[in-house]
Amino acid sequence: MPTRKLIIDGKEVEAEESITLLQACEQAGAEIPRFCYHERLSVAGNCRMCLVEWVGAPKPQASCALQVKDIFPNKDGTPAKINTRSPYAQKAREGVMEFLLINHPLDCPICDQGGECDLQDQALYYGRSNFHRFNENKRAVEDKYMGPLIKTIMTRCIQCTRCVRFATEVAGVPDLGGTGRGEDLEIMTYLDKAFDSELSGNAVDLCPVGALTHKPWAFIYRPWELRKTNSIDVHDAQGANIRVDSRGGQVLRILPRVNEDVNEEWISDKSRYACDGLKNQRLDRPYVRKNGKLVPASWSEAFELIRAAARATRPERMAAVVGDLAAAEEIKALKDLMRALGVVNLECRQDGAKIGGPRPSYLFNTTIAGVEFADALLLIGCNPRWEAPVLNARIHKTWLNSAIKIANVGVPYNLTYPVEQLGGSTSVLRGITDGSHSFARVLRDARRPMLVVGPGVVARADGAAILNLAAKIAADTGMIGPAGKPAEGGWNGFNALHTAASRVAALDLGFVPGEGGRDMAGILDGAGKGEIDFVWLLGADDVDTGRLGNAFVVYQGTHGDAGAHRADVILPGAAYTEQDGIYVNFEGRVQRAERAIFPPGQAKEDWAILRAFSDVIGRRLPYESREELRRALVADVPHMANDDALPGSAGTDPAIWNNIGAAGELDERTPLASPIADFYLTNPIARASETMAECSKVYVTGAIKMAAE
Amino acid sequence: MLADRDRIFTNLYGFHSPWLDGARKRGAWDGTKKILELGIDAIIAEVKKSGLRGRGGAGFPTGLKWSFMPKEVKERPHYLVVNADESEPGTCKDRDIMRHDPHLLIEGCMIASFAMRAHICYIYIRGEFIREREALQRAVDEAYEARLIGKDNIHGWPFDLYVHHGAGAYICGEETALLESLEGKKGQPRLKPPFPANAGVYGCPTTVNNVETIAMVPDIMRRGADWFAGMGKPNNTGTKLFCISGHVNRPCNVEEAMSIPLRELIETHAGGVRGGWDNLLGVIPGGSSMPVLSKEISDDILMDFDSLVKAKSGLGTAAVIVMDKSTDIIKAFARLAYFYKHESCGQCTPCREGCGWMWRVLTRMGKGDATIEDIDVLQEVTKQIEGHTICAFGEGASWPVQGFLRHFRPEIEKRIREQGGRHCAPMQPLAAE
Repeated sequence: MPTRKLIIDGKEVEAEESITLLQACEQAGAEIPRFCYHERLSVAGNCRMCLVEWVGAPKPQASCALQVKDIFPNKDGTPAKINTRSPYAQKAREGVMEFLLINHPLDCPICDQGGECDLQDQALYYGRSNFHRFNENKRAVEDKYMGPLIKTIMTRCIQCTRCVRFATEVAGVPDLGGTGRGEDLEIMTYLDKAFDSELSGNAVDLCPVGALTHKPWAFIYRPWELRKTNSIDVHDAQGANIRVDSRGGQVLRILPRVNEDVNEEWISDKSRYACDGLKNQRLDRPYVRKNGKLVPASWSEAFELIRAAARATRPERMAAVVGDLAAAEEIKALKDLMRALGVVNLECRQDGAKIGGPRPSYLFNTTIAGVEFADALLLIGCNPRWEAPVLNARIHKTWLNSAIKIANVGVPYNLTYPVEQLGGSTSVLRGITDGSHSFARVLRDARRPMLVVGPGVVARADGAAILNLAAKIAADTGMIGPAGKPAEGGWNGFNALHTAASRVAALDLGFVPGEGGRDMAGILDGAGKGEIDFVWLLGADDVDTGRLGNAFVVYQGTHGDAGAHRADVILPGAAYTEQDGIYVNFEGRVQRAERAIFPPGQAKEDWAILRAFSDVIGRRLPYESREELRRALVADVPHMANDDALPGSAGTDPAIWNNIGAAGELDERTPLASPIADFYLTNPIARASETMAECSKVYVTGAIKMAAE
Repeated sequence: MLADRDRIFTNLYGFHSPWLDGARKRGAWDGTKKILELGIDAIIAEVKKSGLRGRGGAGFPTGLKWSFMPKEVKERPHYLVVNADESEPGTCKDRDIMRHDPHLLIEGCMIASFAMRAHICYIYIRGEFIREREALQRAVDEAYEARLIGKDNIHGWPFDLYVHHGAGAYICGEETALLESLEGKKGQPRLKPPFPANAGVYGCPTTVNNVETIAMVPDIMRRGADWFAGMGKPNNTGTKLFCISGHVNRPCNVEEAMSIPLRELIETHAGGVRGGWDNLLGVIPGGSSMPVLSKEISDDILMDFDSLVKAKSGLGTAAVIVMDKSTDIIKAFARLAYFYKHESCGQCTPCREGCGWMWRVLTRMGKGDATIEDIDVLQEVTKQIEGHTICAFGEGASWPVQGFLRHFRPEIEKRIREQGGRHCAPMQPLAAE
């Protein structure tokens, strides 16, 4: 890569020509203040805070907007001299800072951004140290409505347009913009409508001042009071890296952490704002059903009742179902417990997905970062905007930066980028498989084609047959390339998309029906017919509990949701913020979450509940601590030890692709569709969240008008 | 005084027909084909030799600007964009060209487009110019009709001309904001580099020229660079349209040779200053964004780029705004500051926040409701805007105030003293502090 010599603050550096002067200065160790510049957004160059001195240039230069390739050397051939700390640069920045502050309300004591405000921080270094000299009236700006998640105090706005650029470039929803001119320029959603994006909360993160703040969290914390814990998000299967901020046993907010390979620095609004659901509807003590009513009980009472029921039931009449939010540890513990009891009716696919088999067949093999290398994308019955909003932003980014061709087989959704609609029926897929459909050619001609099978597709009755077709398309159109990362030429374009955070870990652990075991449909049928008498639900609330018949139901979980309502015994467990855990995202990436707070009341960590019960029933599990459990887990599934690694995602044996799923009849009448009816209410935590309920009313059901009319 | 035979804009006052037959009688479209046959390099060389400098305000050498265009057309077509967004207060030269001599402009577009290998030219016309657009459009239609321009024209260079009507924003006269607006976006200046010659309209190589500049080209080519360069002074050659307004007896638009003394210009063509030369207070020589000149400077200043820069002002658009001693100079500049506050696009901080600040301070000064310190603050504010912005609007807004403070500071101090100063004194430290 061509480089250029620069002298930055007296230090000679070699900077790549493709980067900006701001980046070069940072590489040289200089700190450049900025408001409008953001690594992931286009360069606006409008705040003028990043001014530096280019010795010899007639004016100070906005370093964010100046590329190194445009900095020519001095006339005598010596490298250009850049000063970031000279009095000249300092004075220029002080001038800009003064302009920013003259119309800023300076209401830091009542501002939610206080303590983590770029303007506040930089004013410390660039503010006028003595008396202010702006003796006019300050400008006041009317606050704008941006929906249930974003609170606006627009007088604080410094018009950096980060939020506008985020909306357009990342979220793909150009709802935000500036109207008016000069000092009357105001950022708004034009018609005072809600910012209609699943990623809207990120605009608040980007806001360098307190103009946009989190509406659900207004006035409830100061950032310096919070304990910060690194964790992993479980509201979808992407495994976004998050930071859980808590105070006194309450999770007060959730923010994204940077992970370039997973979520860059975005998380969905559900991941972020559903945290108030962690306080509501919680199961904080065991309950047992007496005379048809659930009554509080002690742990030993509850265990005793389960022991009696389990002892009275033959193993083939027992079943266990893992829910969507479980970590690998409790899945492993439940599996070991059930194996000890001789139970083979194990199921982790509440939705009845016909997925399993070789590991690559249920992974998002292309990887999230790999999407950016794709040049053709076939979506099969999925709505990534709701199933994995951050992944959708990645697809949008790819579309923005490349000539990728995107097509969809299934119900059309508004995905924020143009998608060629090939039709909703499975017959289209057959056409692509046998090459009669024109998109087959597009896939074949592409260098790096990929397809995504949606979670709604594999959950259909003909899911296995569709999966089979999809694997054939992948194998026939060159989606399965040589081994290696996309950047190194390797490619695997076959992708299964999941919405359940627990799914891949559970499949890795083999939490599927054993020999002669029943799958989800079999368990429900059996329960209805009286062939299944005992069901253990580990946070499984999305099974059709009405079909569990007369079975004895143990519900181990966190919220008084569907599972708890049907339960005969409730064992209060820990939510994802309340215990350490290993999660495997849909790429097959192993990530660890840390406990932020303790479970409420008498609730216990899930593995500990299972371990305690195993003792009661006389089948003690062989681990005394989570560490020992993890060792057992790794012994069982070695790749669980490899944090953040992607074991064998690309370049698999081509032979396996002919035997994925099962060939069979296709239902050509029912269109392929996403299973999510309401993005904001997909799991027990979200359903317990008032914020999510309001979002659902504004964005999905329309019960609350979107525009503040 | 410029001889009539040396005038380029012979129908500046609309005494004759502006349409094709009239324009042809005055020499337009005469031998255009021969000019094109000279070839691109010869045309650019001739324009360079003529010393023609951009008439839009900055005075950049036109031939040099044209030569920045890529030497061959690759996958991106080249464009010529003519800046007809004439909004500088005091300026009214381009509108008269478009109303009364539109064919000179169209012919110039043809030659200039050929010289920069462009087959398409856009004329971006100011939103408020309704009649001008109608006249220009009619002339364009005539030219198409006569196959002077068009895909298959008699000159052999396929050439399409589009007249685009703006929506009336001063900032759209800034070349990159103009391009944004032309593309259908919000008219806000772009970051430079890349410059338009590299990535202009629709990301393609583009040259943006002023109406007057382009309209001068056919005559330069017909009469030769030496004729043009023979007028004015070295580096400030040719003729120029001056728009004289304000406190003169006969405000007018007039074509004169460059480097004419300001006093001669005003006295010869505008009937002199109202109440005589000694009644002069100050002159803004180049449109409202150029610093004002005091009477002492105005006495013997020459009207050209270099002399005015030496006097810490500029030729700008050559819109001469004359103010006699009846002028409330403070209020006049407060009004100009209001214009800039109103027209700032609001994109970048110094201009967005600073223009309002300047206007407010100047308004107070007009009432005498200010302190002596305010004058220094104002001066510093102008310095904090100037050079810190994305486009030259920051300079355009702060220079007039700087010029005003340079020459009329005693006037402000007098006003403050007379009115008793700021009515609400700056905050005093409270006892509790």
